[in-house]
Amino acid sequence: MKQFLVFIKKEFYHVFRDRKTLLMLFGLPIAQIVLFGFALTNEIKNNRIVIVDYAKDLASQQIINKIEASKYFDIDKSLMSHNEIEAAFKEGKIKMAVVFPAGFNNELLHLNKSQIQLIVDASDPNTGTTLTTYISSIVMTYQTELMKNNSIPYRIVPELRMLYNPELKGAPNFVPGVMALVMMLICVMMTSVSIVKEKEKGTMEVLLVSPFRPILVIISKAVPYLLISLVNVSIILLLSVYLLDLPINGSVLLLFAESTLLIITALSLGLLISTATESQQAAMLLSMMGMMLPTVFFSGFMFPIENMPFPLQMISNLVPAKWYYIIVKSIMIKGLGFSAIWKETLILVGMTVFLLTISFRKFKIRLA
Amino acid sequence: MVILNNITKTYNKGNTIAVDDVSFSVGKGELFGLIGPDGAGKTSIFRVLTTLLLPDGGSATVDGCDVVIDYKKIRSQVGYMPGKFSLYQDLTVEENLNFFATIFNTTIKENYELIKEIYVQIEPFKNRRAEKLSGGMKQKLALCCALIHKPTVLFLDEPTTGVDAVSRKEFWEMLKRLKEQGITILVSTPYMDEATLCDRIALIQTGKIMSIDTPNNIVKAYSGTLYKIKSDMMNKLSNDLHSYENMLSCYAFGEYLHLSFKNENEHFEKELMNILKEKGHQQIEFERTIPTIEDCFIKLMSSSG
Repeated sequence: MKQFLVFIKKEFYHVFRDRKTLLMLFGLPIAQIVLFGFALTNEIKNNRIVIVDYAKDLASQQIINKIEASKYFDIDKSLMSHNEIEAAFKEGKIKMAVVFPAGFNNELLHLNKSQIQLIVDASDPNTGTTLTTYISSIVMTYQTELMKNNSIPYRIVPELRMLYNPELKGAPNFVPGVMALVMMLICVMMTSVSIVKEKEKGTMEVLLVSPFRPILVIISKAVPYLLISLVNVSIILLLSVYLLDLPINGSVLLLFAESTLLIITALSLGLLISTATESQQAAMLLSMMGMMLPTVFFSGFMFPIENMPFPLQMISNLVPAKWYYIIVKSIMIKGLGFSAIWKETLILVGMTVFLLTISFRKFKIRLA
Repeated sequence: MVILNNITKTYNKGNTIAVDDVSFSVGKGELFGLIGPDGAGKTSIFRVLTTLLLPDGGSATVDGCDVVIDYKKIRSQVGYMPGKFSLYQDLTVEENLNFFATIFNTTIKENYELIKEIYVQIEPFKNRRAEKLSGGMKQKLALCCALIHKPTVLFLDEPTTGVDAVSRKEFWEMLKRLKEQGITILVSTPYMDEATLCDRIALIQTGKIMSIDTPNNIVKAYSGTLYKIKSDMMNKLSNDLHSYENMLSCYAFGEYLHLSFKNENEHFEKELMNILKEKGHQQIEFERTIPTIEDCFIKLMSSSG
């Protein structure tokens, strides 16, 4: 036991004395969360728009209030007529104009149908599309609220018809994805590299010719990275709750338990890579190619798996991160319990057992 | 203490023979040297004895334990310093020593007496990281780490390679003192001049042992007479001598060429001088010399190959 502890202590010395590794270990998750959370988002906030309200009735006022309350729009000013719209666009400050026709509420109440005109600066087509989507969704919300109190199916039809964009809900799907990515990267790469490093430096020979059991070498390599990864999970969760306002709807304990499972899966993969490689570069390359790319492509957080051709969908089943991604989404966003994710958990457990068995079998107690 | 019986080790599915039918034994408290150039099979023999490699043929025991069956027992008893052993570079001297002591189920305190003499030399730097030590210091630390659990047999694979001359000398003096404490030491080296510091040596070449004996006896067993020669044009001298028909062997040795002849009648010396003077050599020094281990090695090598 004392041997075991001194070995783990040594591993922590390795980690904490190598500034670059340390920076990667703790900088990477933070950088990824911040990047995905703020820089790489397609949300467009605080757009300046103008409103032309010919109706000035209850319905139009209510919708305008909703638009005003949204974080996506800043109402620049209210204009009196259509003619002023073009001038406002030419000033270049506004991105969109929303026009309510006269008798908006009337039409809605009597014809059960009414229209809003959206005029968008489409010089950047993506921004334009996104903006109309935002407005449409606000209108849609208003419509559902109306329907709640009344059985009459009121319909407000924005002239630009756009489907509901879940983006507006601000559900950052990427947090579970980043968690999977970070753990895969850190655990797989760090364990494989640190074991191969002992081989490369010749210290493994000395460790083998010692009373210390080879199996304990592996376990003591894994423990520090397990702990570090759990710290990383906490950092990511804290960031997502306090910085990105993404609450954890399900059980935090369950989330950590499942994360520990994925970490062990990743550690056993790293171990497997270390038994198959002889140099640090090879181990690093293999972990990058073997883990990073499939995790990005096949976990479902960048590219929806449903859209992939069937063979690729089959391949995605082999990627542990895919199952973890489903699990985390269920716990964090949907707030589901263990009963909803036992299947995915079982698959991950199976993968882990499989990988551990192979790597323990392949681990050499001698040199060749 | 260490017994090898017809040990054979091959690589590449038997295509490369690294150790070819090697047998020798080392007695308790003996300082035994494996002398041979790079690629001779020294490291493979060490790895078989330290249970890191399985032999393809033959058997070996270390302190009465079979290297294949009782590998666990051997691993807890012997001390091993691999050729490329580099310690943990980012750990300090003390941390390295402490780590290896704990791994071997002991403490620095418990066996401090054994390493004291060596450790006092590096103790002033005990808070320095291993990567910042000089080559000689590193070797001393590595030796301390290999000794910390008071091994019965110490395996040192090329411990002095890449170490300066002064540190090498100190290192061998340390080995002598360890020997006096009853530790059996097997050491390998490509440096022939270190051979004379061993009790017994095995000259090894391409996996085969050419000769095993005390350094003195090996030198005594050198048959024939050895000469050394020097002139003002050494490159030309070597070429000219190689074309001399009575020449048995001729190779560079320090600033001289070492020579041996096929036929040494009373006139050959005069004949040689005449030939060399004809070719324009001046300031010729020519005299008999005492063979060294290296001369023996070269002679054995040319007669076997």
